[in-house]
Amino acid sequence: MSNPYAKLPAWAEYGLIPLINLVVAFLVAGLVVLLVGENPLKAAYHMINGAFGRGEYIGFTLYYATTFIFTGLSVAVAFHAGLFNIGSEGQAYIGGIGVALACLWLDKTMPWFIVFPVAIIGSAAFGALWAFLPGWLQAKRGSHIVITTIMFNFIASSIMVYLLTKVMKPLGSMATQTRTFEAGGQLPKLDWLLGIFGLNVGNAPFNVSFLLALFAAFAVWVLIWRTRFGFEMRTMGHSPSAARYAGISETRITIIVMMISGGLAGLMALNPIMGEQFRMQLDFVQGAGFVGIAVALMGRSHPAGIIPAAILFGMLYQGGAEIAFEMPSISRDMIVIIQGLVILFAGALENMFRPAIGRAFAAIGSRSSAAAQTRGA
Amino acid sequence: MDLFHTIIALLESTIRVSVPLIFAALAGLFTERAGVFDIGLEGKMLGAAFAAGAVAAVSGSVIIGLLCAILISVLLALVHGYASITQRGSQIVSGVAINFVVAGSTVILGEAWFRQGGRTPALAGDARFQTITFPFADAVKDVPILGPIYSNLLSGHFALTYLAFAMVPISWWILYRTRFGLRLRAVGENPGAVDTAGISVIWLRYRAVICAGILCGFAGAYLSLAMNAGFVKGMTAGKGYIALAALIFAKWRPFNIMLACLLFGFLDALAIRLQGNPLPLIGQVPVQLMQALPYILTVVLLAGFIGKAIPPKAGGIPYVKER
Amino acid sequence: MVNTDETGPTWGTWVNMSDIAIELRGIDKSFGLVHANRNINLTVRKGTIHGIIGENGAGKSTLMSILYGFYQADSGDIVVDGNVVTIKDPNAAIAHGIGMVHQHFMLVENFTVLENVMLGAEDSQILNTSISKARVELKRLEKEYALEVNPDALIEELPVGLQQRVEILKALYRKADILILDEPTGVLTPAEADHLFRILGQLKDQGKTIIFITHKLREIMAITDEVSVMRRGEMVATRKTNETSVEELAELMVGRRVLLRVDKGEANPGDVKLSVENLTVRDGRGVTMVDNVSFNLRAGEILGIAGVAGNGQSELLEAISGIRKAVSGSVLLNGKPIDVTGHADPRDLRDRGLAHVPEDRHHVGLVLKFEEAENGILGYHHDKRYLNGVFLNTKAIQADAEEKIKKYDIRPPNPRLKTANFSGGNQQKIVLAREMERGPDVLIIGQPTRGVDVGAIEFIHKRIIEMRDQGKAVLLVSVELDEIRALSDRIIVMFAGRVVGERDPDATEGELGLLMAGVEGRKEAAE
Repeated sequence: MSNPYAKLPAWAEYGLIPLINLVVAFLVAGLVVLLVGENPLKAAYHMINGAFGRGEYIGFTLYYATTFIFTGLSVAVAFHAGLFNIGSEGQAYIGGIGVALACLWLDKTMPWFIVFPVAIIGSAAFGALWAFLPGWLQAKRGSHIVITTIMFNFIASSIMVYLLTKVMKPLGSMATQTRTFEAGGQLPKLDWLLGIFGLNVGNAPFNVSFLLALFAAFAVWVLIWRTRFGFEMRTMGHSPSAARYAGISETRITIIVMMISGGLAGLMALNPIMGEQFRMQLDFVQGAGFVGIAVALMGRSHPAGIIPAAILFGMLYQGGAEIAFEMPSISRDMIVIIQGLVILFAGALENMFRPAIGRAFAAIGSRSSAAAQTRGA
Repeated sequence: MDLFHTIIALLESTIRVSVPLIFAALAGLFTERAGVFDIGLEGKMLGAAFAAGAVAAVSGSVIIGLLCAILISVLLALVHGYASITQRGSQIVSGVAINFVVAGSTVILGEAWFRQGGRTPALAGDARFQTITFPFADAVKDVPILGPIYSNLLSGHFALTYLAFAMVPISWWILYRTRFGLRLRAVGENPGAVDTAGISVIWLRYRAVICAGILCGFAGAYLSLAMNAGFVKGMTAGKGYIALAALIFAKWRPFNIMLACLLFGFLDALAIRLQGNPLPLIGQVPVQLMQALPYILTVVLLAGFIGKAIPPKAGGIPYVKER
Repeated sequence: MVNTDETGPTWGTWVNMSDIAIELRGIDKSFGLVHANRNINLTVRKGTIHGIIGENGAGKSTLMSILYGFYQADSGDIVVDGNVVTIKDPNAAIAHGIGMVHQHFMLVENFTVLENVMLGAEDSQILNTSISKARVELKRLEKEYALEVNPDALIEELPVGLQQRVEILKALYRKADILILDEPTGVLTPAEADHLFRILGQLKDQGKTIIFITHKLREIMAITDEVSVMRRGEMVATRKTNETSVEELAELMVGRRVLLRVDKGEANPGDVKLSVENLTVRDGRGVTMVDNVSFNLRAGEILGIAGVAGNGQSELLEAISGIRKAVSGSVLLNGKPIDVTGHADPRDLRDRGLAHVPEDRHHVGLVLKFEEAENGILGYHHDKRYLNGVFLNTKAIQADAEEKIKKYDIRPPNPRLKTANFSGGNQQKIVLAREMERGPDVLIIGQPTRGVDVGAIEFIHKRIIEMRDQGKAVLLVSVELDEIRALSDRIIVMFAGRVVGERDPDATEGELGLLMAGVEGRKEAAE
């Protein structure tokens, strides 16, 4: 039994290994907390309390989770086709234009439930557009999608700075943001949803885009596992040679998958813009696109894994704020470390613990079969 | 004459902002030529800048600060090496991870240790690099044309600035004129050829990654010990990615790297200079366009519209010998 | 009569020890479940060219990789110059004077000849001195062995023949006394191959020992002094070349297996279903893999293509099925052309009645991470019966899979199981069920029973015969000669990309073996 990648049962593959990777990431993060001179257990307590201690906290946790579900799905969809989209950050940023245009155009005349669908289409369209180019460049010109999407993040950032300082800013205003939207550009909160559980959402901007995120997760699941296109993209992701054999066009899949991925990233813009700030501000994405990488890796690119992973990161963001309040030396940047560690252990080092676990399973297996034999004798 | 002084000033700041780009892009040159892609340049540089600023502030010695910068950067490089060479993980994912870990921990540790909003204490005296003034620089300053070129453009920079420019021919010499360089370039093209020649692919790649660590250490130390008087959070501000773009734009060649970094540095310096000042004939150029230009140019190059950037053949692929 | 008992070590009893360059004793090597080398004994005498012949997969390359330190043997000894040595990496092999020219050149393409030659054997940290020394040494080697090549030329600009010469120079530069060449003529034109043989002859005259691995009998007869035959991981015989014949070697190589018995009646060939004319295909490096091949395939017959792997069969199948672009030629399917030189779409070809069971089921025919049922529709996933609009009709897919599982006795009978968890035979049945149950007009099958357990082989063969009896046109490619003989109604043999002959299935193994080894016609063989 020398094969290092011996087959593991599904629960170990999809449950145990991610869990171990996560635990190791948190242990290393705990070391950083120690280094700063604080007690990691206390920090963990504050984090959990800060994320779930009150209805309002839960509202914030789920607000952040909403954002990460979108970006996590964005990264995951591309993963399934064997593409690494590091550009969700920029696609989400550009997607904001779609939201802002819809709101600025309709917010004074239309109710939110009319503006919302328009904004959904707008954000997805702008995000998809921003992902189309890297997809096209990879499919037709052979430029590496990782590098182009990194470059496109920076280009997106420049475009947005330009737009928010020169074009979309109200005249005479100094702040780099659009005007504040009227009622039509403000999404209703989901206080009733938490109310069912007897929780009070308070000031938390937990809004209907959460439901959209859940729907998107479902739609992505349907897309990947229940449509012909999903079948084709998974074939390409697992085996480009089998895709060629099956008559699947790599060019077509690459471009469309990137557009879907970009569209999902774009949807993320709805949550902060229409759900919290009611205007588009500079840098509203705040790294959520990169969190999406961690969420997708953690959730093993499956919507059923992405939702809990997104909630985990929502908890980190919200609970991190609480830690920062209680332990001033641990700012919210702690989350960025954990995010990096999760990417490291669940992504780049995902095979580090597998041989040991595989051996453990093999040992247990042989022992129990040996035991069975002795019993039989 | 005023235009001339403007140009001199512009070129001077071009040199200043190009230095970290040159170090970092050369760092990328070493790993990527050995077949290990590195988008963690940003993180290594930031980690080094923080180590340099923190240690120099505490020890009061710029040299100790520099050495710690290199140490931290090399350690980060070894993490990347362990993930991507030994564990054969995704080189991209590993690079991304390192960037985040560093971005977070520099702020947390900085705040915990110094409590200055993520800054390290301002450096002065021996804790910071001083500029070097060439002989007679003051005396010849007023000589027309050559005077300002000598005393402003050539003289008056930090030792690290001169080192950065010296590193260009040195890197070239290492890569193209030493045994190590020959093997390093070979392992990035065809690791099988290196392996069958009886050379360890793994050790060779580790050495390349360490070289990158050292160079990123210089880049970071320059930021916090020379260009600025201390570490400011997030002070690399995407320079690692610009360096990556420069590396690609330069088609993985040392002298091209210098030119690409100077070009991108020039665009940066120009953008600052042009803020609010319209250009003659063209009029107002959005500063954001200038800032985005390095990335746009790199994308255009990658798409094969101007020449073709062909990366090292074995780049990004972990080496597996056994079938 | 072939006596297969007489193997290597017997040479040792009458060969003077000091004449022996290399001796392998009891070498054994497994990769997972594949037993690549079983208890191999081999003695190679100094100053000779020793051929090792065998079909693909016989274990020749593995054995040589062990000798070169690229792999470690699980057990057994290597004796060089009378001493038992451990060769733990290529460095150790080089130190013992062993050099190797790999089948796929180990050259850095954008380096010069000189740089490639000295890579790993530079004698100082600074290149300049190494380069000038290397240049002098290279000049000397070029002169001594008549191996001219411009030391400053880039590898990527050299033709393959010269690239190979650089590989030989690399070994000589490292002072190799024993030179291993692994299938060296695979990428060469006949003229280049002849030139290589002259070089090898010269090297031998200068006292070098050469181990020459090939599957081509002509080459063995042309240049070797002794020849060892490998079959299925075992060393079956060693002969002095001038005391053996191509017939004997062919039989040793192919082996005398119990003839597969397949019950089949007479074929009733009908109309031409697939017509291939002057088809030429090149691979990514520009090497011609299929060279002007023409044949017709009729309804109700099985046409077998015999040949050692790597002689163009794979590329032929890929070109016909639209996966690989051909350079020239034409293919008619049911009388209508396939755009083989342009954009033949595998999907379109399926719709037109062409089914393809690819040689490589792990990477091409199946997606191992898919569930069984998903692989059941691969390539046919655009078919209306598996779809509800743009959605997959999972019920129909499931039902379809269950039906095929029953009909083809696929085990375990679980359409939700990941394909990687099925045995080789059952994986192959998944592919066959998918391709056969559509009732195609033309079925092309590559290596139907490679890595398949014995029980499944019989089943698969029966199904192929049934397809023929239903009036389907079957094109069968296999490196298993007995399979070809048992199933085919006609046999064509491919060698070096060309069709070198057509035979009836009752042709002897020896006759077919000669054709497969590139010896054309009986007359030539008799010489």
